Amino acid sequence: MDWSRPERRSEVATQTEAINRKQLSRSAKVGLFIPCYIDMIYPEVGIAALQLLERFKLDVGYPLSQTCCGQPMSNSGDEVNAAAAERLFVENFKNYDCIVGPSGSCVKQVRCHFDSIEQNDNVKHVRANTYELVEFLHDILKVESFPWAEFRHSVALHNSCSSIRGLGIAKPSEIVGPAFDKSAQLLSKVKGLVLVPVDRPDDCCGFGGTFCVTDEAVSARMGLDKVHDHLRHGAEFVVSPDMSCLMHQQGIARRAGLDLKYVHIAQVLNGGPF
Amino acid sequence: MGSAKQVDPAAAAELFIIRDHVHEPMHDRFLWATMQRRNKEAAAIPEWEELREIASTIKEHTLTHLDQYLEEFEANATKRGAHVHWALDAAEHNEIVYSILEDHGAKELIKSKSMLQEECQMAPYLQNRGIKVIESDLGERIQQLDGQPPSHIVFPSIHKTRQDVARLFARTIGTNPDNDDPHFLTEVMRNNARPRFLAADAGMTGGNFAIAETGTFMVCTNEGNADIGASVPPIHIASIGIEKIVPRVEDMGVFLRLLARSAEGAPLTQYSSHFTGPRKGGELHIVLVDNGRSRRLAMPEFWHSLKCIRCGACMNTCPVYRRSGGLAYGATYSGPIGVILDPTFDEFKYSELPFHSTLCGSCSEVCPVRIDISDQIFKWRRVMAKKGYLPLAKRLSFAVAGYVFAHPEEYHVVQKFAEPALEYAPHFLLYNNSLNPWGRDRELPHLAKQTFREWYLENRSENAKAAN
Repeated sequence: MDWSRPERRSEVATQTEAINRKQLSRSAKVGLFIPCYIDMIYPEVGIAALQLLERFKLDVGYPLSQTCCGQPMSNSGDEVNAAAAERLFVENFKNYDCIVGPSGSCVKQVRCHFDSIEQNDNVKHVRANTYELVEFLHDILKVESFPWAEFRHSVALHNSCSSIRGLGIAKPSEIVGPAFDKSAQLLSKVKGLVLVPVDRPDDCCGFGGTFCVTDEAVSARMGLDKVHDHLRHGAEFVVSPDMSCLMHQQGIARRAGLDLKYVHIAQVLNGGPF
Repeated sequence: MGSAKQVDPAAAAELFIIRDHVHEPMHDRFLWATMQRRNKEAAAIPEWEELREIASTIKEHTLTHLDQYLEEFEANATKRGAHVHWALDAAEHNEIVYSILEDHGAKELIKSKSMLQEECQMAPYLQNRGIKVIESDLGERIQQLDGQPPSHIVFPSIHKTRQDVARLFARTIGTNPDNDDPHFLTEVMRNNARPRFLAADAGMTGGNFAIAETGTFMVCTNEGNADIGASVPPIHIASIGIEKIVPRVEDMGVFLRLLARSAEGAPLTQYSSHFTGPRKGGELHIVLVDNGRSRRLAMPEFWHSLKCIRCGACMNTCPVYRRSGGLAYGATYSGPIGVILDPTFDEFKYSELPFHSTLCGSCSEVCPVRIDISDQIFKWRRVMAKKGYLPLAKRLSFAVAGYVFAHPEEYHVVQKFAEPALEYAPHFLLYNNSLNPWGRDRELPHLAKQTFREWYLENRSENAKAAN
């Protein structure tokens, strides 16, 4: 028996390889997916992501009728109410060659969990061509430098669980093999930025979508442990490709009166806006 | 099916956290350290990921040929002189064990840890029939003395501190409550349990693996009590779940390399004992137990959970389990593996368990037999939602959200009103514990004055027109 046959390897590895193989044509149309909470709470993250993509002379469009990817419902098992959001998402993005969103968990939702609706060609196209911003920059555009970016701060990197174990942007600590971290790779190209090592880089921060309210005590404890891990190692900023984790961590830090600042990786790589 | 009350793991976990500043941090730190040892041990084996894949494949193969291998096991074990019994469910298992004891006039039983016997609630069943049941493993004995089920499948009393154990032993054995020296406590336990081996009429163990080819079963332990219990009394009874079968002896070369490394970050358990037939002059009974396993095997989305070798690595890595303590799950099996096993015993009672997870996915990556635990947790949520087990508040808010997110016009209207509403909502409403759990330990994020969409319409009006 051939134990190493590729279809038996982890899904994450296969997805990552697929992404690495993908070539983007010059005339490709890129759809910008701005998740609902970024739209309403962190518009500066959306602006940074858009400006960053525009710097690479890409044809970027933003469908105005986008709302939510359906993750809150889907993650709670509510397929019926998730289906409507999924259908609208596909309708909005089906004509783009690829779709890029600055949020790991939302992209994971599209790629891995858009199965409450019939899997027609449009759905398959959208699922196979939706990328999280870091993997798009690292794997597709293969960006070598960010000459416009400078960030003279010590930074703790928080790759979200969805990004690590769902999309494969970094090696999870449980997996044996050569280490890689695409977010850290990109941040290492930013002038002045110093990444500080932390004790538990990929231990979940406890956001977990609706988990953070339905399981409030555990969620808050996990968040506080995360904040202290970052503080203990002298981080001034926490940078993440997933703003939802940061929303939770920031809320915890502010309540506890702890001095840490939270920004999205798009803001750092684009040089703002903050 | 279904019991009267749903288990509420979130509420129980909260009690564990707010109890004091000792238990939860200690629990988290110990299990995290165990994970670090596991990571180090696993990394020392370059072919680790391949081993997991092979183990998974062997288990998949065995489970899809289970009838064949079970009969092969029975034939070979019988040939070696063991008595093999088949138990359809927990009740049958307990009846079989009791009838063996009754036949021999046995009154006292010494047993080592077995999750299956916990699952079958065997000890209370036997005690009600006048059999004295003594746990011989330290953690299990502590839990037995305290009248609690194990909180972890490998470290049964890991939620307790040394001081807890000292106080428990003082109460139940009569030792000094202030002496919490681990060596002293272990010695107390040893002196308390050792005489029971000599007094016991029968010994019971579980079984980690049952090998079809030879009719052998393996028991992996660190304390060695299972070996004494199996060897000193004249009768040895082993309870084994039907999913524990592996085809060949050589398969142990895969599973033994994975088991202790995954469980505790050690290359091997102290004792890896093979039992093939009874010892001279003794009697060996093997009870093969289904208790819902065949039903699980027929569940297309969940049958992979039967690959589990009960190492507990998913519990050690689970950030939610580490902060909750195992008793919060209110079930035989706790942690991620419990979340996907327990609902197969009682869907309603355990309907909240799949929501006691952040879906971080670490359990699936650490599992030595590659069970897709995290995906199964996700799928169980769908089952619970379909059955109408979601709490009403969640159902209503998702119905509203589902509608709003499907209708962009309404979504943009809602957005317009959300910001002023939040700005003027009285502080007590936003930070009321029951109305808004977010605000209990967290500040609310501020909604932006201008959404990204509004910014885009203002700053990229040409693109907006062209693209939409």
